[in-house]
Amino acid sequence: MSKAIIEHAEASETFNKDEPYVNWHDETLWFVRQKRDKSSKQLPEWEPLRSAASNIKNYVLSNMDELLISFEQKAKENGIHVHWAADAAEHNEIVLGLLKKHNIDKMVKSKSMLTEECHMNEFLIKNGIEVIDTDLGERIVQLRQEPPSHIVLPAIHLKKKDIGDLFHEHLGTEAGATDPQYLTEAARQHLRDKFLTRRAALTGVNFAIAETGGFVVCTNEGNADMGAHLADIHIACMGFEKIIPKQEDLGVFLRLLARSATGQPVTTYSSHFKKPRDGQEMHIVIVDNGRSTQLGRADFRNSLKCIRCGACMNTCPVYRRSGGHSYHNAVAGPIGSILAPNLDMTKNADLPFVSTLCGSCSNVCPVKIDIHDQLYKWRQVLVKGGHVPQAKEIGVKAMSLVLSQPRFYQWSGRLGRSVMRTIPFVVNNGLNPWFKQREMPEAPKESFRDWYVRNRKN
Amino acid sequence: MTSRERILEQIRQNKPAALEKPESIRFDGGYQDTESKFIETLTAIYTEVIIVKSHAELAQKAEELYASVVNRASTLPSLAGWSDFSLNIADPHELELIEIAIVEAEFGVAENGAVWISDKYLPHRALPFITQNLAFVIPRKALVNNMHDAYARLSDTTGWGCFIAGPSKTADIEQSLVIGAHGARSMVIFLMDEDLDI
Ligand code: SF4
Repeated sequence: MSKAIIEHAEASETFNKDEPYVNWHDETLWFVRQKRDKSSKQLPEWEPLRSAASNIKNYVLSNMDELLISFEQKAKENGIHVHWAADAAEHNEIVLGLLKKHNIDKMVKSKSMLTEECHMNEFLIKNGIEVIDTDLGERIVQLRQEPPSHIVLPAIHLKKKDIGDLFHEHLGTEAGATDPQYLTEAARQHLRDKFLTRRAALTGVNFAIAETGGFVVCTNEGNADMGAHLADIHIACMGFEKIIPKQEDLGVFLRLLARSATGQPVTTYSSHFKKPRDGQEMHIVIVDNGRSTQLGRADFRNSLKCIRCGACMNTCPVYRRSGGHSYHNAVAGPIGSILAPNLDMTKNADLPFVSTLCGSCSNVCPVKIDIHDQLYKWRQVLVKGGHVPQAKEIGVKAMSLVLSQPRFYQWSGRLGRSVMRTIPFVVNNGLNPWFKQREMPEAPKESFRDWYVRNRKN
Repeated sequence: MTSRERILEQIRQNKPAALEKPESIRFDGGYQDTESKFIETLTAIYTEVIIVKSHAELAQKAEELYASVVNRASTLPSLAGWSDFSLNIADPHELELIEIAIVEAEFGVAENGAVWISDKYLPHRALPFITQNLAFVIPRKALVNNMHDAYARLSDTTGWGCFIAGPSKTADIEQSLVIGAHGARSMVIFLMDEDLDI
């Protein structure tokens, strides 16, 4: 049981060994967060837009079944085949079945975190299907035989030298070449050949519209469209929470998505699929895989409002300094840490503890998910359920005691500060995996509260 | 029970109490001049905007801009003389040779520089992605402020459409922006005074 708990701590310990690298990772993501800030500030209606998105998603949660049925009906009328998968295994079987039916053993795929969640690539490869990821970042991590470390920026953990070496080995670029322009061009040509020769394309879905039966796929590279429009068969896979009621709701979501993700006003391509082109087959696979269970957890169902923009990761001080892979889950970062325990409480018991609960994630989330509150609530659930080993449990118990009694909080804070000032190594001990590779900050001589009390008197 | 029934049943049991559909929301763009905002946004996303009066001027500009280029395709009858690549083909894979495509499109969005293109304007969905370089021609008066206005205007009932904002790009290698990932390597937008004959 305690094995998983060590996992994030251990993984982040390895990640933190190379300090300049961690600093670089930290700064790179913070830079993306700043682009989001700049972009959002250009819209005076930013906060009302977030509220609108949140309200639409709340409505979706409370009318999920009807919206899905309407979507299915419209999609069928439009000539799209609709499939339902209760879990990852069924999803993978459906995709494999479609490929087999058409005698296809090679497929291109654009970004789909759902297929990562379902471990589809491994399954298909085992069954003799070659899957080529076509998003540049995803192709990079695929060639390295590792999962994406970020839902929007899959190769954000890599330096250009790593990618240069990788492309030299696999794509025959010059040894030592690190120019992003040159490396991207090599990947473009390598992948163009795949687009032109593959008969099946799989894409994710950003939004599925109940009103029209259509779905929208957003990319910057154009890879989803290149794949889908050239293939004989297009398979689009979606978690059922991707549904939105009306086409006009896209006005709200598309204004928020790219600005929150990278600071762009919109992604380069927002592709609206409604009917297959002449002679093409189009399939949608609607996947549950634990989502309907999460929908029943009143404290955690809001996590299903997520539009996968990645903003909560870019802003998270823990994510930035531990990297996506340390989360051992398809979706990393704060949102991943509230989705993962729903899938497996034992294996993912460590993740809700991988947070300082600073609340920055909730502040940037475009659909206003109470991410840090949910992290805190998961801790209670996991401790009560016996999924957390002693060391963490003591911390949590102490914390709930501290937080439930304001006076005790004042006292313990003052005590904590004096302990840190006199004997910092006591706090910086092995019991607290977060402080490995890191010196505890110098304790402030005075807490905000002490300062406030003193100054108010003056 | 099929998976479909099981999923829907579990959703029914687990979903929160029903809420009313929130009212439609539509914020004003508030731009003083929609066209200058459109041009400003596109310049920031590496797209050149050229204003032309007529089809004749468009043809002349296209000639100048892509003088030495072969494999030029267009959906505009007024550029039939300029084109040397016929779009009258059965298999979209053949479009792979196209260097530049000039395509008419319906309207543009000032806040993000996106242009709406759809089956209505294209003989092949793959065209705007597979061409090495891309140019759109839109009526100068067909600009809206923001995405709310865009969807209010969108009456397209065809099977596929796309908002395209600038050339294809990626920043997957150390966050360095590179133009020309899988789609078009460059983008030009012609804003035309004269009507398009659609
Ligand atoms: S939880 Fe919110 S901020 Fe995080 S990825 Fe989802 S939508 Fe974006």
